[in-house]
Parts: sequence; C-alpha cells; structure tokens
Amino acid sequence: MSADGGEAAARAGSPPPLEIRGLTVAYGERPVLWDVTWSAPPGLTGIVGPNGAGKSTLIKAALGLIPALSGTARFFGRSLEEVRNRVGYLPQRASVDWDFPATALDVVCMARYPRMRWWGRVPRAEREAARAALAEVGLADLAERQIGRLSGGQQQRVFLARALAQDADLYLMDEPFAAVDAATEQAIVAVLRRLAAAGRSVVAVHHDLSTVADYFAHVLLLNGRAIAAGPVRDAFTPEAIAAAYGGRLNLLEHASVHAAGRS
Amino acid sequence: MTALDLLRLDLPALLAALLACATCGLLGSFLVLRRESLLGDALSHAVLPGIIAGFALTGARAGLPMLAGALVAALAATLLITLVRRAARIESGAATGAVFTTFFAGGLVLMEVSGARSVDLDLDCVLFGQLETLVWLEATGWGSLLDAQALAGLPRQLHLLAGVGLAVALVVAALWRPLKLLCFDPDYAAALGFPARRLELALNMLVAAAAVAAFEAVGSILVVAMLVCPAAAMRLLTDDYRTQVLGGAALGAALGVAGYALAGPLPAAAGMALSLNAAGVIGTLGGLAVALAALLRSRAPGRAATA
Amino acid sequence: MRPAAGHPARAAGRSLPGAGAMTLGYNTLVVLAGCALLGLAAGTVGAFALLRGRALVADAVGHAALPGVVLAAMIVATLGHDPRSLPPLLAGAALAGVLGVLAVQALARTRRIREDAAIAIVLSSFYAVGVALLSYVQTMPGAAQAGLTKFILGQAAAMRAEDALWAGAVATLALALCLLLFQRLRAACFDPDFARVQGMSAARTDLALLGLIVTVTVAGLQAVGLILIVALLVLPAATARLLTYRLPRLLLLSAVVGAASGAAGAAASAAAPDLPTGAAVVLAGAACFTLALLFSPDRGLVPEALRRARRRLAAAEEHFLRAAWEAQEAAGAGPGTAGDRWTPIAALAAARGWAEARAWRLARWLALRGLVALSERQVHLTPRGAAAARRAVRAHRAVEHHLLAIGAADTAGADRLADLVEHGLSPEAASRLLPEPSSLPASPHALGGKP
Repeated sequence: MSADGGEAAARAGSPPPLEIRGLTVAYGERPVLWDVTWSAPPGLTGIVGPNGAGKSTLIKAALGLIPALSGTARFFGRSLEEVRNRVGYLPQRASVDWDFPATALDVVCMARYPRMRWWGRVPRAEREAARAALAEVGLADLAERQIGRLSGGQQQRVFLARALAQDADLYLMDEPFAAVDAATEQAIVAVLRRLAAAGRSVVAVHHDLSTVADYFAHVLLLNGRAIAAGPVRDAFTPEAIAAAYGGRLNLLEHASVHAAGRS
Repeated sequence: MTALDLLRLDLPALLAALLACATCGLLGSFLVLRRESLLGDALSHAVLPGIIAGFALTGARAGLPMLAGALVAALAATLLITLVRRAARIESGAATGAVFTTFFAGGLVLMEVSGARSVDLDLDCVLFGQLETLVWLEATGWGSLLDAQALAGLPRQLHLLAGVGLAVALVVAALWRPLKLLCFDPDYAAALGFPARRLELALNMLVAAAAVAAFEAVGSILVVAMLVCPAAAMRLLTDDYRTQVLGGAALGAALGVAGYALAGPLPAAAGMALSLNAAGVIGTLGGLAVALAALLRSRAPGRAATA
Repeated sequence: MRPAAGHPARAAGRSLPGAGAMTLGYNTLVVLAGCALLGLAAGTVGAFALLRGRALVADAVGHAALPGVVLAAMIVATLGHDPRSLPPLLAGAALAGVLGVLAVQALARTRRIREDAAIAIVLSSFYAVGVALLSYVQTMPGAAQAGLTKFILGQAAAMRAEDALWAGAVATLALALCLLLFQRLRAACFDPDFARVQGMSAARTDLALLGLIVTVTVAGLQAVGLILIVALLVLPAATARLLTYRLPRLLLLSAVVGAASGAAGAAASAAAPDLPTGAAVVLAGAACFTLALLFSPDRGLVPEALRRARRRLAAAEEHFLRAAWEAQEAAGAGPGTAGDRWTPIAALAAARGWAEARAWRLARWLALRGLVALSERQVHLTPRGAAAARRAVRAHRAVEHHLLAIGAADTAGADRLADLVEHGLSPEAASRLLPEPSSLPASPHALGGKP
C-alpha cells in the first residue's frame, strides 16, 4: 500500500512529505480511522472516499487538531513541531464565521502571523507577501473587502491564498473544491498545478470522483481504512473504488474500540 | 455641589464606572466574536462562591484572596460546563445555564452560612451594584490627585479595578494577533502552532478577573451588560477588527461615564431631585446603544460597498 | 410570616424563628403545594424547551420581568391599591417577558448578533432598567417598593396562601397547555420534517413554546426569583435527559424532579426564612442533576468509567490468554494440546509488548479467577483457561483472516486491527466471519515477540 510513496521518496532521495503510520482515531468509541498507514508522495495527491470515511479526520489528526488513539504522522521525516513552517493548511470554508470583521487581506495575513511579533502593525514585507498570494488566486482587487461580502467561490480563494501565503512545502487542504463555481474550481486547479511545478506537494480531500484523474497524480482511497493508494492510473481502479464505496467492509462497522487506551 | 464634593463623592464612582465598563467592553468583543456571549453571563455569576470563599477563608475583605477565589471558581465553572456538555450531551447554552445557576445558588447559601452577608459583603452590591458607596474621604482638594498618601485612600475597589484593567489591556495588546486568530479560526491557529487551548483559557481568566473587579462596583448582571452590549453594538456598526475591539472599549467607557452622570450628578446640576442607581442607568444605556446600532444598520443597508 | 407593609422584605421573614417548620400551618402547606406544582410545570415545559434548544430563553424572560414588576407596582401604588397584590405584578412581568422574547428575536434577525448574544443583551439591559426603576421607586413616598426585591432571589416563606394559589393556577395553566399541545410539541422536538408534512407550522409551535416559557417563568418569579428561575427549567430537564431517551418518560421524570426541587426549596425557605428560596430550589435541582450525571445507568460518569475499566480488563485478559495459547503453538504443541507446558511470564510480556510488571499483575488476577495456574515465574492454562484462550484466539484470527481476505490490511495491520475489535465482536458477527464452528485457523503471521 505504501509502496508508491516509498518509491517516490526513494526517487527524490528524501523522506516523503507526509508519512502516516498506524493512525487510529475514534470519536468517543466510534472509530473513524482504523490503523491507516500511508505515505504521500511529492506532487498532487487526492484523498477520496465516501462521506464519513474519515478524509477530513485524517488531515486534522495528522496536524494534531484532534487526538489520535494511536499512530504517528511525520512530515519530511520529522515531527510536525520541527517543520511547522513547511506545512500549510486549508480548512473547510464552513468552519469559520464569514461575518467576522476582517478583510480578505487581513485573513491572508494570518498565514504570516508565526513570522511576526504578536502585536503592533503588520510589517510591510508581510503585507506584500499576503497581497501577492491574493493576486495569485485572482483576488488582488478585492483585498480590502470584508470577507462576508465575497461570494462563496471568492471566500474559498481567500482561504487558498492564505494557505499559499504560508509559503509551505506541503499543503493539506480540506475540501478545497467544496461548493465553488466552475471558474473558481479552474482557478484553484491552476494554482495547484503551479505549486506542483514549483516542487511543492499538496494533499487534498476531494469528493468528485469524475475529476480525480484530471486533478491529481496520486490518490488515496479511504473508507475508515486505507483501501488503495498510488498513482491514479494504478490505484484508482474500478475494483478499488467499489471496495471504498461498496458495502463489503460493513461487517466491522459496528464494532467499537473496546481496548482503546491499552498500552 | 462644590469641587470637593465632586472629588470626594463623584470622582471615585465615575472612575470605577469608567474602568469597569472600559475593561468589560474591551473583553466583550472576544466573547461576541467567539459566539460565547453567555460565557460572560456564566462567569460573572459563577465567581460569587469563589469570592465568598476567598473572603471567608482569609476573613478579610482584601482584594487578592477574593480575586484568587473568584478565578478558581471561574476555572471550575468553565471545566464543569465542558464536562456537563460532553457527558449529558446537551447544548452548550443549557449546560452553561445549569452550571452557573448552581454556582450562584451555592454562593448565596455560602454567603448565608459563612455570615459574610450584611457584615462585609452586601448582597445588594452583587444584585444591583453600588457605585454610589465609593467615596474618597481623604481628598482635601485638587492637590490630592498628586498626593500619594491621599491616593492610597481611594476605595480598594478602585485599586483592584485599575490593576485588573491595566492587566487586561496589556494582555490584549501583547496577544493581539493570536487572539484575533483564535476568534476567527481556532483550528487554523492551532495548525500554525499557536497554543489555542491556553489562549482560550487565558481569555476566560481575563473575563473572570474583570467580572470580579467590576462585581462590587456595577453588580454581576451589569458586568454581563457591559461585556455584551458595547461589543454587540460595534458588531452592528463596523467591519474592521481594530475598530470592533478598541471601539468596544471606548463605547463601554463612554456608556459608563454617561450613565453615571445621568443617574445623579446631571439631574442634580439641573436642579432635579432625581437619583437613580447608576449601574442600572449604565446597563439601560447599553441596551439602548444596541437598539440604536440595530436601527442605524437597518437604515443603511447599502453600506456594502464602503468596506 | 407576611412582611408588614413598608418593611424590607428580608427583615420580615425573621420574625418567628423556626415557626414555619414546626407548625406547618395552612399557609405553609399551601405554599409548599404551590411550589411543587410550579416545579411540575417548569419541569414539563423545560423538557420541551431543552429539546428545542430554547432553555436559555427563560433566563432572558426572567430577568426581563424585573422592570415589568416594578412598573406594575408603581402604577398600582399610584392608583392607590395594595402594591403587593400579585396579579398585577405577574401581568407586568408577563408583558415585560414577552417584550424580552420579542427583543431577542428582533436582535437575532439582524444575523450579525447571534441568539446567545441577543439573550445576554436582553437579560442584562432589561434587568438594568429594572434596577434603575427600583432605585427610583425607593425614593417614592408610599409602600410601592415593599417586597419587590424578593422577586429577584425569591422568598417562598414570604408568600401568602393567596400568592401560592395564583402561582399554582398559572402553573396549572402552563401544564394544561403543554398537554393540549403535546402532539405538536413532540413533533417539533423530534421530527420537524414530519411536523411540516402534517401541516404544523414550526414557527407557530415555537411561538407556543415561548409562550409557555413566559407563563411558567412568570409563575415562578415570587417563589424562585428571576435570577435563578432558568434553573428550574433547565436542571430537571437535563436530569431527565441523562436518565432516559423516551419522551413520555423524560417528561415525567423532568416533572417529578421539578416538583421535588420546588417543594424542597419551599421547605427550606420555611425552615430558614433568610435563605433565598431560589438558591434552595436550584441546589435541590442541582443535586438531582449531579446524581444523574454521576450514576445514570446509561450515561452516568461512574457506570461509564466502570464499564470502560471492565472492558479494558477483559481485553487485557483475552490478550494474555491468547498469548499463552500462542506460546504453546509456537513451541510446536499445536492447537488442542495446550496445557502441556508452562510458559515464562517474561515471554508472554515480550510477546504482547507489555511491561513485565503488568503481565505479572494480570497473571495473578487470572490465577485468582482460576484461568491459569501460577508457579515460580511461569503460567499454565487451566482447562477453563484453555477454553477461554481458544475462544479469544478464534475471534482474533477470524477478524484477521476477514481483513486479509477483503484486502483491507496487510498481516501486521490485520493483527493490530484485530487486537482492537475482536473483543467487541458479537457472536453473530463472529460466526459470520468464521462459519465452521469448531475450526481454529492457523495464524496468518509468525507468532512471537512484538516490535
């Protein structure tokens, strides 16, 4: 399963951008992820699976935003703490209050906060970096607009710009294409391709099976467990999709983690 | 009304109103933006048993033991709300209501049992606020404002309020960006490596400290008014974060001063024999400010382009 | 027990120490019954309010009632009537309460201000108006302010039988309305879609619920006080919610807890008139809630912790027994011949990746249960232990083989996964995974130490 990531890493002569080992996550006693072991290769990777498959959970647990019962996530062969500035995050758009008193530029500047003092004015250089990120997603003109007055697609692009402004080597994106218009979708894809061309890596949760092959070079099929992973042409097979979306794994679905917390 | 009266009777109360309302107004924006307005309600009630216990244990009506007791009670209440919400699986509003009423009731009983009531801690202070009882008898003239000895004779509530207000202002300034990030997107803050949990805790402790300091001056419910009303009014009027936060503090201060003046001094100056509870008038103005802001907003729906 | 006109309410109750508790006169009994009835109604309405996420509205209504009460007293006193007469005060409270609810809804409609902030704004600013008015009333000549402060914290001991009857009547009204609207309320709480299909307007049901909240809150003002009245709606409902999922039982429990809290508060107030009744009512309700939170069979913290500890122990037992069995297998003894040899505990600890002390504790515990025999540093499965071990091995391998068959994991992953789920496996699931009842499949991986 992890052969592809391993190979790619070996090719690049460096540890993979993201390496997950034995990750098990449960909400209460209902397990969402079972012992997932997977390596993201450099480049563009989509995480695909049915609703409730644990796609967002995988990203959040890797970033330490929700606790894992067991397992580890390593970034570029190191712990997250050591390489935090190399890892960018794009949360789901619905996770924040868009009425918040902030402009598009304010939000993008947030990505640069770890590089600034905690108080005072935003330094000019950081502000320019944020503007550049906004320009890259085609929103340069709307920098000063309050975020609630942007369309859904524009809001998503603000989030993308914020992720870009982190200037990371690996981006974890939670549903970047959720509920956006076609123009925004194309704009986002273009940005992802530019990132890949510049040697950056992206791991994105995706829910549209019909575009997986167009957008991503690699895929992880997830349904509680890692069903299949690898280059899209090898791993994204009808059989694997059926295994991820079909009912064959239901037998254990209602089991719960009874030994949770064992040593 | 002589200048000395002004100095001895009105200045301490006016200062207390100003400090309490500005501090609460400053913190209120964070509560409103994080959609935790009821936490202000909860904490301002939940600190009561802590204050009484701090008082009963040390037997002194000193600021610090009461502040410490209040902070412990606030911390316990916050933890309990989380526990109740998770264990009983009820919405956070109901969990909050269950916990803070219990704490407040416990405080009332503790007050009765420990004999704190009517001896030193007046229940009326808690329920209504007693700005009018703050007096500065050491003042002998304007020169007293520069006299350290006379200043030390200012009511201890003022000292506590000034200390807490200064601390809150400093912490908010020092944590300006992390707090903004926490209010907008706590998960992203955590992903960037900011200590989101600890920031949340710090914010709650600041609210509790402000609630205790303002408690005796403006009363517990009016702490809620000052935590929520200025911030909510600004929420209706501005789309700028800095204006929201600093404007909340400024509006709070203005409401405090105006409310105090309207309650007694102004009518007296106009020759009217009207004297109202200042805290009540301040809270009333708070509600009016929100209503006015809502009215302004509904009158100007086309403000969209000005952002 | 009645406060004389013009006396501060708090001083009034002190006149006859302990008299209420000892004589239990007509007045006290009526007040007790009134408070119980009030609790009954509040518990019932509170259950619906909690289920609809509207419980905190009672907080806004309670606080908003203060200016209504004070204004009503002022008007009545100005007209030359007895300002302590309850009906006009309650009417004022109800009017102000309705106004408060409307204000909450108006603020929430701006969408900039969420409902939680709207509630906080309304409760604090209305209350502030009340405080300002109260300070004005106190400067008025006459007795308008008499006993008004008792509405803030509640003082059942100062209630007259007449007051209790009024409160009881309003509470009964709320209760009757609740029963009348039962179907609607239930549909709104549990199945809004069904309600819509049935042509029940959710908005109108919500309005009815808000009306009920106002009614019951107003009824409870004098006994419980406006600051804490919200607890009489929230605590019984939250207690009942911990104990049951079924609506009829939930309503009944909530009503009973409410009635008990109300009666306890009134009794405490009769025994100690200085004690604010509201505080006693809330603490009685909080005691019920705490007990339910700790000991509710389904959701209580203590049973939950016990269950978890028991499950963890059972899982550890099974792992130990399986390790003992597999140690036999690895030594070539083969399935079915277990029991022939002794296994060093250190080897079992190594196989499970456990600290040796932990393995020792488990070994002693299993010896106590008669599942293993213990000698020196070695264990040996007793016949009962061997049977249990065989079951554990079967379950583990069934899951492992299933996971491998469907390609969900490699051998090491299947082993780890099976460790997690095998204990919760129902017999049906196990027999579906492994239809042959007597077979014991071989382990898919080499037996021995874990990394």
